[in-house]
Amino acid sequence: MLKVRNLHARVAGREILRGIDLSMNHGEVHAIMGPNGSGKSTLARVLSGHPEYEVTEGEVLFEGENLLEMEPEERARAGVFMAFQYPVEIPGVNNAYFLKAALNTMRKHRGEEELDAMEFMTLVRDRMKQLDMDEALLSRPVNEGFSGGEKKRNEIFQMAVLEPKLGVLDETDSGLDIDALRVVAHGVNTMRNADRSFLVVTHYQRLLNYIVPDVVHVLTDGRIIRSGGKELALELEDKGYGWLEEPVGTSEA
Amino acid sequence: MTNSLENYKQAFANSRNRRSPAEPAELVRTREEALNRFLAVGFPTTRDEEWRFTSVAPIAGHAFTLAEAAANAGHRDVAPLRLPGVFGAELVFVDGRFALALSSIDELPRGVRLGSLADDAGSHANGTESHLARVAPFDRRAFVALNTALFTDGAYIQIPAHTVMEKPIHVLFVSSGETDGRRAAMSHPRVLAVLGDDSQAAIVESYAGPEGALYFTNVVTEIVLGENAVLDHYKLQHESTEAYHVGAMFLKAARSAHCASHSISLGGSIVRNDVVAVLDGEGGECTLNGLYLADGHRLIDNHTTIDHAMPHCGSREIYKGILADRARGVFNGKIIVRPDAQKTDAKQTNRALLLSEDAQVNSKPELEIFANDVKCTHGAAIGQLDEDAVFYLRSRGLSLAEARHMLIHAFAGDVLNRMPLEAIRNGVEAVLRRQLARALAVAA
Repeated sequence: MLKVRNLHARVAGREILRGIDLSMNHGEVHAIMGPNGSGKSTLARVLSGHPEYEVTEGEVLFEGENLLEMEPEERARAGVFMAFQYPVEIPGVNNAYFLKAALNTMRKHRGEEELDAMEFMTLVRDRMKQLDMDEALLSRPVNEGFSGGEKKRNEIFQMAVLEPKLGVLDETDSGLDIDALRVVAHGVNTMRNADRSFLVVTHYQRLLNYIVPDVVHVLTDGRIIRSGGKELALELEDKGYGWLEEPVGTSEA
Repeated sequence: MTNSLENYKQAFANSRNRRSPAEPAELVRTREEALNRFLAVGFPTTRDEEWRFTSVAPIAGHAFTLAEAAANAGHRDVAPLRLPGVFGAELVFVDGRFALALSSIDELPRGVRLGSLADDAGSHANGTESHLARVAPFDRRAFVALNTALFTDGAYIQIPAHTVMEKPIHVLFVSSGETDGRRAAMSHPRVLAVLGDDSQAAIVESYAGPEGALYFTNVVTEIVLGENAVLDHYKLQHESTEAYHVGAMFLKAARSAHCASHSISLGGSIVRNDVVAVLDGEGGECTLNGLYLADGHRLIDNHTTIDHAMPHCGSREIYKGILADRARGVFNGKIIVRPDAQKTDAKQTNRALLLSEDAQVNSKPELEIFANDVKCTHGAAIGQLDEDAVFYLRSRGLSLAEARHMLIHAFAGDVLNRMPLEAIRNGVEAVLRRQLARALAVAA
């Protein structure tokens, strides 16, 4: 589903990604771990098409299509969803109104009928219940005045409504208490199926107790230096990233 | 410039025979004074502090002629708000002249009187003459002087004490855009609304003309609110984008009166809206909100004054502008707190959204506070669309254009959502949507 080859990217003139190779199949959950400044979030943002990030080399294929040539909205419509690390507050844009517009744009793109207000509300109520969210958040402006946890939950909620093929979670667990973490993880696990994949970027192993990955990649200094099964995350938790930075030779996945 | 003043002298002479012969002697005298005042001061220039950012040279340079198009049904079609069943009365004016055939008046509450000032000026029966041309001072306002000298018609609305007008009243001024073959047309309509004690009404003024037509509208609105009266007022300026629109509204509120005025300016090549609200009795409240949109080389200037003359009055003011291309916006918000006006609570906010590098806005709050126990705050902000927000919306599948529209509407919504009448709000929103789509399509 997703093939990243020799991806180099920079922001503000500084090279952050120095040759990422990554391959994900349908239905897989991959975790990207790594210390601060390793390029984890940059990878997520490059995949979402953030205009500040410039790709200097390499390619990304999503379902066989060249993702890097697509505008951010085309990526979203193709089925890539980015759950932001710091979701932006948008005063004056009603959460439900925005989400309905987004969903219907996607549906139109997929050749499906647009949902009317009733059908939309039925869907939304169901997803909110799953994520233990207060329905009052629907009538508030997007993320405005939301707590950190509410913002993260709102991201997963949007993902649950938009039903992408690939969910990219950028440090969704940062700043969440254990209850919120469980709820968010439950939301993601509910969505897991044979077709849908997730790329989970995280600083902490903790999240991976709840969203159990198929593959764990360790990113340092803009490169994936180790890939392995879920036990790799535990090992990291135990030994820290320093253990991997010792000269054991760069491993290719 | 002298030539142009000569033109208005001529227009004044011509307008005499359009006026009612029964016009009260005092009004006739006031008109002479106003004309002389206008001829003495002439059109303002940018050396005048009140007009520093707005040159009216293009208006002064035209030899406009008083328009005389006969009203026909087509004139109604340019109305920006067509809301069947919403209004209790619609008074339609074509080129400043009352068009009875286009107007409609439902059954009115007892004692409510409204209609054409031209019909009314001769009759002393209802007392409008005690207010007409007395609420709007013209000695320091050339355009008000010009209107006072030249108006031959307009709308009067009189709501007696203890009377509630359930449905809003619509006053529509349509410019035909017709010329006499050589010279573009001008009109100088007048609106007078008098609300008695404990009365309540909603009044909508709209201004429109065929898109692309060049003409000049110079309107003066006078509003008098009795004690405890409640007025919900809207002005929708949707003139041709080639037209000139100068409007001044003067409002005088007695004790505990409440007034909210919403000014929406979408059309016009050069537009100047003056609003002067005098809170002349204790406990009065006034809300002045405004939204304007300009693209191309257009200029929209809003000057507001809220004069707190008595204690315990409150005012709230939010003006927002959306400027594309090389458009310019001007906002000047004056708040006066007189020595007697203790416990005044005034708040002013002014924001502008610039959609291009070349658009600009000049914003100036002016606080003149002569009392010591008051609360007065003001804030101004000028900015561009939040790029992070644009990206966020796009990352959810909305196109760049949709994302921009959504954010611009959110910006405007802050003003629109404060309009209490839903039908008007929706109507205005639809007009805004059209104008915005046009402005952004041209910009793209």
